Amino acid sequence: MSTTISEELSATTLLRFATAGSVDDGKSTLVGRLLHDSKSILTDQLEAVERVSASRGQDAPDLALLTDGLRAEREQGITIDVAYRYFATPKRRFILADTPGHVQYTRNMVTGASTAELTVILIDARNGVVEQTRRHAALAALLRVPHVVLAVNKMDLVEYKESVFAAIAEEFTAYALELGVPEITAIPISALAGDNVVDPSANMDWYGGPTFLEHLETVPVTHDLSHCHARLPVQYVIRPQTAEHPDYRGYAGQIAAGSFRVGESVTVLPSGHASKIAGIDLLGEPVDIAWTTQSVTLLLEDDIDISRGDLIVPSQDAPPTTQDVEATVCHVADAPLTVGHRVLLKHGTRTVKAIVKDIPSRLTLDDLSLHPHPGQLVANDIGRVKIRTAEPLPVDSYADSRRTGSFILIDPNDGTTLTAGMVGESFASPEPVKDGAEDDGWDF
Amino acid sequence: MTTTVATAEEGTTSPYTLSHLDALESEAVHIFREVAGEFENPVILFSGGKDSIVMLHLALKAFAPAAVPFSLLHVDTGHNFPEVLEYRDRAVAAHGLRLHVASVQDYIDRGVLRERPDGTRNPLQTLPLTEKIQAEKFDAVFGGGRRDEEKARAKERVFSLRDEFSQWDPRRQRPELWNLYNGRHAPGEHVRVFPLSNWTELDVWQYIAREGIELPEIYFAHDREVFQRAGMWLTAGEWGGPKDGETVEKRLVRYRTVGDMSCTGAVDSDAVTLDDVIAEIAASRLTERGATRADDKMSEAAMEDRKREGYF
Repeated sequence: MSTTISEELSATTLLRFATAGSVDDGKSTLVGRLLHDSKSILTDQLEAVERVSASRGQDAPDLALLTDGLRAEREQGITIDVAYRYFATPKRRFILADTPGHVQYTRNMVTGASTAELTVILIDARNGVVEQTRRHAALAALLRVPHVVLAVNKMDLVEYKESVFAAIAEEFTAYALELGVPEITAIPISALAGDNVVDPSANMDWYGGPTFLEHLETVPVTHDLSHCHARLPVQYVIRPQTAEHPDYRGYAGQIAAGSFRVGESVTVLPSGHASKIAGIDLLGEPVDIAWTTQSVTLLLEDDIDISRGDLIVPSQDAPPTTQDVEATVCHVADAPLTVGHRVLLKHGTRTVKAIVKDIPSRLTLDDLSLHPHPGQLVANDIGRVKIRTAEPLPVDSYADSRRTGSFILIDPNDGTTLTAGMVGESFASPEPVKDGAEDDGWDF
Repeated sequence: MTTTVATAEEGTTSPYTLSHLDALESEAVHIFREVAGEFENPVILFSGGKDSIVMLHLALKAFAPAAVPFSLLHVDTGHNFPEVLEYRDRAVAAHGLRLHVASVQDYIDRGVLRERPDGTRNPLQTLPLTEKIQAEKFDAVFGGGRRDEEKARAKERVFSLRDEFSQWDPRRQRPELWNLYNGRHAPGEHVRVFPLSNWTELDVWQYIAREGIELPEIYFAHDREVFQRAGMWLTAGEWGGPKDGETVEKRLVRYRTVGDMSCTGAVDSDAVTLDDVIAEIAASRLTERGATRADDKMSEAAMEDRKREGYF
C-alpha cells in the first residue's frame, strides 16, 4: 500500500501560536527566519522586498516589509495590527498571530493569544527580564495560553554564556509560575545568527534542549479530555424537511470542550430539558463519539425545544446558570467602558442584553497592582467587572474552558467590539504577588 | 501491513488530535453556521475557481442533509474561461442553488464602466459586485480570500465589516477574539466573511484531493493556445489577445488561479493529477499570485487599494 504525497502532507497537525511583541527584541528577525527557513517566503515576495528596499536606498532587504502589509504601516514604519502568517514543516502546520510591539500591545496581544496554544515571549539577553517581559507573562497567564516559550534572544551579544541564560530563565520561570503559567520552556537563541532557531547552535554546547522550531513541532496540541466538561453551543438547527429526511432535526455546532457519545444523557441550557444523544453526524457521516473542536450535528431522542444560543451539556456535568457574571476583561475599543454601560454580551452562540454593574478594580500589568474602583476602563486596560445579564447564561470559569468561559461585549448602537471577557478568577495562582501600597486583599 | 508510523512520537498524536485539514474544515464549517444563524440574506461569491469550489463543498457539508441556505453570486467579467462557466452552471444545477450574476460587460455596454487600455477587467469587477450587493440587500458575502495570498489579506478578519459604500477600512477593524465572531452591522452595511482565512494554497489542494472534489480541467496540464505578455502565458481569445508582435503558440500549461482571462496567466506544467499538482506546488518557489496575476503587480498596495474600494 503506497502513501501518496497528499496523504503524507495532510497527516500533520496544526499549531496556533502568538508572538508577544516588543520593539527591539528581534521579533521581526525571528519571524523572518522562521518563514524564510521553512520556505514560506517565496522568490517573488523576496524580490518585491528587495526592489522596494533598494528604491529607498537601503543596503539590505528590509524583512519588515514582508510583514507590514498596509500602506500606512509602510509609510510610518510601524505595525498597526495583528497579522496572521502561515508556514509549514513536514511535521506540522503553523498559524502565527504576529502581534505588533508598540503602545497598543495589550489588546493586540489579547487578540492574538485568545486563539493560541502557545505564546512566545522574546527577551533581549543583554537586558534580561524587564517590565515588558512581566507584562507579557501576565497576559499569557490571564489568557491561560497552555504553553509559554521564553526565547532568550541575542545570545551572540553576550558571548553565548550559559550563566546569562540560566539567570534569566530562572528569574522568568519563578515569576511566571507564580502567575500560574502551566508550562514554560526557555530556549537560548540568536535570531540574527540562527542559533537554536531552526538548527542547533554550535556556540552553545551547554544547551541540551530542543531548538525553537523543534519545540514548536513537538509541543502537544491536544488536552486530556477526561478532565474537560463537555460543551456544545448550538449554532443552528438543521431541518431538511424533505421527502428523504422528513423528521431530521439536528443541532449543529462546534464542540467547545470535551467529548460527546451516542447514548449519553444530556441537558439543554438554559431551559434544563433533558434527553439522550440518539446520533452524532460528523459533517454528514454518523459517528459514535466526537470531541473538541469538531463541528458536528447532534440528534436527540426526544423532541424538545432547542434553538441557536442553547448549550448542550452532559446531564451529570452541567454548569450553573447565572445572570451575574464576574470576570476579568481587556477593553479593546477606543471609547471607554463605564459603570452603567448598556451592552450586548456574546457568549458561545448566545447574545444577550447586559449592563455593567461595577468595575471593582483595574490591574496594572507592570507590577500586578490593583487600582480600586477606577470608574471606567479605557483602551488596553485590564480590570475586573461585574455584569448583570438580561437572561441567565450557563458560564464556565475561563480556567476550566477557554471557549465557554470567554465572552465579548458589543456596543448595541454601532456594533463595535468593546471588551474581551474571561469569567472567574484572573490568575491560576492562589497566592498572587502582593502589592505593598494599595493592597486591598487580592480577592481578584 | 501494519502502520506504526509516528504514533509514539513526542506525544503529539493522541486519538483526539485533529489533523490540520480536519481542524481547518471544522473551523470553516463553524463560520458558515455562524453566518446562517446570524444573518438574514447571505450569499457566496462563486467564481468557479478552486477556492470558491472548496467553499461550496464546505457549505454542503455544514448543512447536510439539508440544502445550503445561501445563494451564489458570480461576478462575470465577460472574459471567463468557458470551462469554468460550464462548471459553475453544473454546480448550480446539481445542488439546486440560486445563482445571481453581476455582469461587467453590461456595465461596459451601458457606458457606466470603460474598458481599460490594457484590457484587464479585474479592477472593473468592484462596481458591479458592490451594486449587486446593495440591490439584493445581501448582508453577509462569503469570499474565498485566504490570508496567505497577499500581505494586505494577512490583516483581514474572518468577519470583515464593510460600510454602505462596501469599503474596507483596515484601521477600523474589530479585534477578533476566540471564535466569537461579531456580525453586527447597520442597515446598508454588510459583512464579508472569509471561511478559508487560515488555509494556504497547499491546504486547499490537499483538501480537494482528500475530499475528491471535481475541478474545471484548466487546473490540470493541457495543451493550450497561449501567447506571452509581461512574462505570463495568456490564453488567446476574443477578449483582446494577442496584439501585434505577440505570437500564439501551443504549450503544455495549467492554471494555478482562475480569474479574468485578460490578467490570469498559465504556468508551464505537466501535472495531470491532483498528486502531480500538489507535488508541483510544494516545490514551487513562486506564490500563486506572483506566478499568475498581473493585476497585483500594478503597485505595492494594489490589493489593499482594491480591497478598500470593495473588491473581495
